[in-house]
Amino acid sequence: MIEGILVNTLVKGGVYALLAIGFSLIFGVARMLNLAHTAFYMMAAYALYTCAQVLGLDPVSSVVLALVVAFLMSVGTYSLFLLFRLPTIVSIALSAAIALLLIWFGIGFIRGMGVDVSLTKAIILSIVFSIFIAGGAYKLFIDRIREHHVTVLLVTLALAMVFQEYILLVPAFGGHYLGAPSFVSGYWEIIGVKVSYQHLLTFGVALVVLLGVWLLLTKTKLGIAIRATAQDTEVANLMGIDVSRILLIVMGLASGLAAIAGVLVAPTLVLEPHMWTPPFVMMMAIIVLGGLGSIKGSFIGAFILALVEVLVVYLLPTGAFLKGAFALAVMVGVLVFRPEGLFGVAFEEERL
Amino acid sequence: MIRRLLKDFQGDVVAIPGRLIALVFFLLLFLFPLITQPIAIQPFLLRVLTFANLFVIFAVSWDFISGYTGQVNFGHALFFGVAAYTAAILNRDLGWQPWATVPIGALGGVIAGVVMCLPALRLRGPYLSLVTLAFPLILLGIIFAFTDFTGGELGISGLDRISESKTVNFYVTLLVMIASVFIMWKLTDAKSSLVRTGIIFHAIREDEITARASGINTVKYKLLAFAIGGFFAGIAGALYAHIIRIAGPSTLDLTLSFQVIIWTVFGGIVSIYGPVLGVYLLYPLMELLKTGGIYEWRFFIFAAIVILMLLFMPEGIAVWIRDKIERECPRCKLSNVWFRHTCRACGASLH
Repeated sequence: MIEGILVNTLVKGGVYALLAIGFSLIFGVARMLNLAHTAFYMMAAYALYTCAQVLGLDPVSSVVLALVVAFLMSVGTYSLFLLFRLPTIVSIALSAAIALLLIWFGIGFIRGMGVDVSLTKAIILSIVFSIFIAGGAYKLFIDRIREHHVTVLLVTLALAMVFQEYILLVPAFGGHYLGAPSFVSGYWEIIGVKVSYQHLLTFGVALVVLLGVWLLLTKTKLGIAIRATAQDTEVANLMGIDVSRILLIVMGLASGLAAIAGVLVAPTLVLEPHMWTPPFVMMMAIIVLGGLGSIKGSFIGAFILALVEVLVVYLLPTGAFLKGAFALAVMVGVLVFRPEGLFGVAFEEERL
Repeated sequence: MIRRLLKDFQGDVVAIPGRLIALVFFLLLFLFPLITQPIAIQPFLLRVLTFANLFVIFAVSWDFISGYTGQVNFGHALFFGVAAYTAAILNRDLGWQPWATVPIGALGGVIAGVVMCLPALRLRGPYLSLVTLAFPLILLGIIFAFTDFTGGELGISGLDRISESKTVNFYVTLLVMIASVFIMWKLTDAKSSLVRTGIIFHAIREDEITARASGINTVKYKLLAFAIGGFFAGIAGALYAHIIRIAGPSTLDLTLSFQVIIWTVFGGIVSIYGPVLGVYLLYPLMELLKTGGIYEWRFFIFAAIVILMLLFMPEGIAVWIRDKIERECPRCKLSNVWFRHTCRACGASLH
């Protein structure tokens, strides 16, 4: 049992860390709680499903295509939110890219399903979407509401809802429970536990990607620029760092991490339109526990809460229902004693 | 005496367009069952408005805690759900009637508010929001784990009705709503000479450290805000359980916590009448979308409307309207109708 707990913790922790670090980066640099973060994780999982099951591509190209789709979608969407200083032409180009991707998405399903009605539906949907997004770009979306923090929060939430409903509307997905195929089958016996290659792959990739992010943030010039922006946007700007560019890069990086997480777990999970909420709550708990804006904190917090979750599932009879409750209770408990989280930086203005 | 009251009424209600509109609106609500008597779908409309009344209390109580004291609460459904379950359990196990279970349910909301406030005293900003998010989810996990007592997924059903008649239900909720909103409006009135809470809540939101330095016991007032907000949200939750006759996990759901934020921000945060307008616009809209032929598109339309409105009125629709129809006198801070050129009290120019 201990081996089982250990293996599950490592796999779950890796996925949570991917999500939490992306969210943490966005918060650190943009000071924005991005409630749509796990929506992109979900979109990546669905994109993988589309490529592999509907379009019938081979595993490697499905993964690559799914990652690219999810990544472009998220960057395109965020560019509206953040690039208040970006030339309008670029915003429009990005919006057009999203619109095209959505149309591509829609048509992909229709081909797979052979349903005629859905073609019009998908196209109307895509057009509504692109009008709405392009209109938003024109009006310099967030620039108008950026000062109103709760409003920004609300807009990201509405965005997550839009994605959820989009999936419900697409006939090939709907509210059905779907499963994406595994990239690799078979299992490997380590210390007497059967670990499927899928789990092993998930953990391995998560670890490699996280290592890459860490190297990027600490060793490269870009990483230093990102950290400088997170520390003090204005001073970073004065030092010649293009803050808008950094914001876009961070958004891309964070959603790339979310997309990788989504593609990795898609074969082991049941895909459904509400699948973004459980990891969303967990991710929130992790970043609060580790300290908002702290990469190390998010990493360690992810494994702590994954351990709590797995322990509860293994040890308690009704554990499946209580796992979230326990993890959240651990978070509240830690915060009562350390209000800035385990590794959080206590910002002067955010402190009592 | 009567002449004086009339004069006060003229000065404080009729002369301020926002309040006049509010008065007319509430009068229309009172007459609603009479006006809609001939319409075939009247029971449906009454039901929607009954729930809207309850959600108004709920949204205003969120504005009371999160708007006024600035403690942005992501788990407001906790108060609603705790009160609903308290009322349901008292009704099921002890057979108590709604007139007893609703106040006790509201007390449950107060206790939930105080419990939630304990970490809130030490946390600020996003940390606070994310911790408050956790509370209803923890309770939800417990409810699913102990299904014998709480009914699990299905909840506790078959509660006593408040009344057999839909019209009576409507009037009960309407009266409770008006009383609750009025009390919370008075408590948050920064210009009031009777209660100090309004100005103190504003001070805590604007700058908590300065408020403490000025000798305000911020801990006491934050506790007070959570307790009062929990009380009113609890009233709404307990009444909801008795009207819908079921207390289920949906009363603690994340969606409800976020829904209340959407209503309030849409209407206008830190303004009591903002959430009132937000709920009366958005809740019936959602119900109408549900019944129309565009059932599956409802969230899309809803999200699009919310986003577009917030784009053009980032402070909320009620605040936007108020700024259009009212003009504050720069000298005596009195509100004036938009078409006046000079202040009605001191005669100062309004431009």
